[in-house]
Amino acid sequence: MGKTFAEKALGRSIGRQVCANEVVTVEPDFCMSHDNTGPISRTFKKIGVKKVWKPERLVVILDHGVPAPSSDHAVNHKEAREFMREQGAPHFYDVMSGGGVCHQKFPEEGFALPGLIVIGSDSHTCTYGAFGTFATGIGRSEMAAAWATGQIWFKVPESVKITATGRFRRGVSAKDFILKVMGDVKSDGADYMSVEFHGDGITNMSIAERMTLCNLGIEMGAKNAVCPPDDRVLEFIKGREKATGWEPLWADADAVYAKQFTYDLGDIVPGVAKPHTVDNYATIDEVKGTKIDQAFIGTCTNGRLEDLHAAAEILKGRKIAVRTVVIPASWNIYREAMHDGTIDSLLESGCIVCNSGCGPCLGAHMGTLAPGEACISTANRNFKGRMGDKDSFIYLASPYAVAASAIRGEIADPREAL
Amino acid sequence: MKIKGRVWKYGDDVNTDVIFAGKYTYTIKDRAEMAKYALEDLDPEFTKSAKPGDIIVGGKNWGCGSSREQAAICLKERGVGAIIAKSFARIHYRNCLNEGLPIIISSEVQDLVKSGDELEIDFESGTITVAGRNIKFPPYPEFVQGLVNDGGLIPHVKKSLGLA
Repeated sequence: MGKTFAEKALGRSIGRQVCANEVVTVEPDFCMSHDNTGPISRTFKKIGVKKVWKPERLVVILDHGVPAPSSDHAVNHKEAREFMREQGAPHFYDVMSGGGVCHQKFPEEGFALPGLIVIGSDSHTCTYGAFGTFATGIGRSEMAAAWATGQIWFKVPESVKITATGRFRRGVSAKDFILKVMGDVKSDGADYMSVEFHGDGITNMSIAERMTLCNLGIEMGAKNAVCPPDDRVLEFIKGREKATGWEPLWADADAVYAKQFTYDLGDIVPGVAKPHTVDNYATIDEVKGTKIDQAFIGTCTNGRLEDLHAAAEILKGRKIAVRTVVIPASWNIYREAMHDGTIDSLLESGCIVCNSGCGPCLGAHMGTLAPGEACISTANRNFKGRMGDKDSFIYLASPYAVAASAIRGEIADPREAL
Repeated sequence: MKIKGRVWKYGDDVNTDVIFAGKYTYTIKDRAEMAKYALEDLDPEFTKSAKPGDIIVGGKNWGCGSSREQAAICLKERGVGAIIAKSFARIHYRNCLNEGLPIIISSEVQDLVKSGDELEIDFESGTITVAGRNIKFPPYPEFVQGLVNDGGLIPHVKKSLGLA
């Protein structure tokens, strides 16, 4: 009987074969945290350990409220800064042009490497599976405990296999595919499990598209999500690697799965997740004409350069009808988009372009919603109250669909705008 | 250990944003203060009048979404005695245990109760008593029981490192 990716990655970490459902204790290769580093450092100090087990394994990237929108946020940042200095921990990405959204920066800086075990005190840590990393989100206490002990326990997850063949039609993207998958698997369909993406439909995808897929893994309840660590991944990480000893791992052909799903990408159409759950799928045809008050392009889901290019392709030479917030996922992306003219083109259409960070995704700042307002967003969550008031509405969609809707002031089919 | 309390019943897929809103995650730092905002976007009545010892009963996938531990802390600090649900989202499940908040998986309880019912949990015998019925639930795995016995992850780690 073959092994799944999760069985191989966790087995490799502890140096013996493991099977789904057994409990293992592993040493994480990297520990990612963001603005919550401040609170985690307070919990860490309560344990009574002075030094983090391996300070070079901490990666701290400030992004949730940057620059600090309140003095409370500023205190968190200050605590994180001081803690990293005290610990002599080198991998700190402050509120500077070297930063950005943690799940973008972490791979950009070469921490997401095939076969490594990464824990992050953020649920979307699963994004790094795009690089063949076993990456999963945990809470603050667990992170503090991992810093102190260098250990964390996992139940080896069962796995779900999602196979995709073919290519997208024009105006359709990885976001439309993963929203459709969400609608089928549902919000708890992969609870506790490892989601593997297989097939030529996946290996044809860019790194950015694979990150979008893995990013939504947690929305199905998954422990982690992962794509094959193929040549495209190896090419991306070349010259960035922040660790040695990584190894491309992939599931055996005869591995055993709890569930399997198969898709032809040519059949995927533009879609949305309607309020207030991510698995509330509808095709764009079903919601076309729904009035919106705001459009938002950005986040760890869809704030990469090709997402900005997709939006700009639709918006070029046109004016937006509703306020449109654009947030590049990192300052590197921001600069590339500035140099190739994308930022200027978006500004010409009437968009506002904010500094890199999580922005309004979790309702902190830079585009929160008023009661009764609706927003179409490229983010990953549309929970009630997520972007501000509990009586507002969030539709999740692709950068193409968000841009097309921004022009009309209502949800629109991007295929008609291309 | 036995707990007796009043039921607050909810449905499926209750997410961590409605348990503890994202806008508070970096502004409210005091644990007791967090309790004042528990379930604010789900059930303002709970936020106003939940009492220590009350028991939450949910459907499938309780606590899906964010890794924010405040979603467990706010309920613990509010004095919630236990959460019973058909299933729990993974990170929240771990967060509750790590905070020493008892959680129980039961496929039956939600269908049997309504808000306001009295419910009793006997952790020793693994029995929930509600509406005249006794419902069994399995014990935690041994290593999880160790966490729970120590009152959560941080006391457990302190003890295991000899720092308690």
